[in-house]
Amino acid sequence: MIADLAIYAGCVLLLLGATFSLVAAIGVVRLPDLYTRMHAASKAGAVGGGLVLIAVALTCFDVGVALRAIIGVVFLLLTTPVAAHLLARASYRTSDQSLLNMEIDDLKSKTGQDSKT
Amino acid sequence: MTSAAALDLATSIALVMLGLALLVSVVRIIIGPTLADRVLALDLLTVVAMGFVGAIAIRTGLTLYLDIAIALALLGFLATIALARYILSRAAPAPGDAP
Repeated sequence: MIADLAIYAGCVLLLLGATFSLVAAIGVVRLPDLYTRMHAASKAGAVGGGLVLIAVALTCFDVGVALRAIIGVVFLLLTTPVAAHLLARASYRTSDQSLLNMEIDDLKSKTGQDSKT
Repeated sequence: MTSAAALDLATSIALVMLGLALLVSVVRIIIGPTLADRVLALDLLTVVAMGFVGAIAIRTGLTLYLDIAIALALLGFLATIALARYILSRAAPAPGDAP
């Protein structure tokens, strides 16, 4: 009975993870700016992949496999923000600042560079 | 509905949705205006492919697929970092004329 409960919970988490991944992909196509697209990809995408891995951990009934899945979730949640941060930094350093539709640019005073580098 | 039938139905629906997500993020890779957009869409593609492999692992019961998923996550992270550094270093000699 408890095994059936774990399998049903795994089904729900799997469908939730697939929904989050699909929403992230739609957001990457529909959103207007690189930074807003990054918001969709790095948050919803990581949650989608992590929920699918948790579903694997719930439905396999093996301690080693579940531990590997949890380690995968932790790794995903640690690395996705770092990758998004590096990509945003690279894009900010190299893109033409006048093309960005940002009203507040906090990095301009932090790095000490003009808008026209 | 037994639990095995529910798992079969859920993995079928999840595989269809994840396949749609793969196709939609390929659209951004094709039309992306800058290189950073394409790198971002490739990162999302890797994470969605990881979810796809996880769904296949649930459907077939072969837990070796989980190792493939973890390796895919590592590969996507390293690829994104390498491409971000490439974007930085490519525009470094001539700032201002980045495409």
